[in-house]
Amino acid sequence: MIANQFLVLAAALFALGVYGLLVRRNAVLVLLSIELMLAGVNINLIVFEAMLRTSEAVGQVFSLFVITVAAAEVGIGLAIIIMIFRNRQSANVDELDLMRW
Amino acid sequence: MTLADWISQPVNWVFLVLGVGTLFSAFRVVTSQNLIHAALYLVGTLGGVAGLFVLLSAEFVALVIILVYLGAVIVLFLFGIMITRAPTGLDVGLDNDRRVPAAIVSLVLFGVLAYGSLIAFGSDMVNEVGIATDTGVIGTSLLGRFVIPFEIVGFILLASLVGGITVARRDLTPLEEEQRRSV
Repeated sequence: MIANQFLVLAAALFALGVYGLLVRRNAVLVLLSIELMLAGVNINLIVFEAMLRTSEAVGQVFSLFVITVAAAEVGIGLAIIIMIFRNRQSANVDELDLMRW
Repeated sequence: MTLADWISQPVNWVFLVLGVGTLFSAFRVVTSQNLIHAALYLVGTLGGVAGLFVLLSAEFVALVIILVYLGAVIVLFLFGIMITRAPTGLDVGLDNDRRVPAAIVSLVLFGVLAYGSLIAFGSDMVNEVGIATDTGVIGTSLLGRFVIPFEIVGFILLASLVGGITVARRDLTPLEEEQRRSV
């Protein structure tokens, strides 16, 4: 297995996540795209660990931290989206422009 | 390493199947016109990612992905989608108008990242197929070298739990507030 086959795959996942982040109107779908980006990052971390074979599994430990922080962020993000929906009856991110100049 | 050498190793067939499946599911996450389908395609993507982790001898992380992401985060997403459905069932499109610029940005980003990886890592190999990672090593380093990030991540989880409950709590109506005050 060549390392680059995994790294290019992770780059493609990240780029697809960025596309979803920019294009999607529903706030929940924006969060889904962020999960794609984090999955790409996790693949990179694990590939580097597999190449380096450190004695403390550094890449895998960092990947665990990324997964945990992503889960926490999804929880808070969905709580905020639910409150926005409660106040405005819509989860459309294009309508949240009060703080734009 | 020629293409014939590469394709003759069974590991790479598994990689091709998992990789194509993951990329197709990821593509459908960002282009599907149905909310629930997008969440379910994310299940497919993360399942493919977990399979790739097993290929890279990270079995513990693969199982954590299945437990945490597929078992909890996706369920949370589906609940969120269910709660934030527009009541009138208005059929607004799920994508905004800026698809072409976003596609260009995304392609340029992919090009830069892929070019950087190819330049930096050339034809380095990930060779040791079938050598598992000792989960005890992960445990030891979580409580050894990485104990501070470990504790901080615990705080993050606590803060997100308390914060999520507080943010999404229903405001009391004036009647309930008066009842609470009179008690």
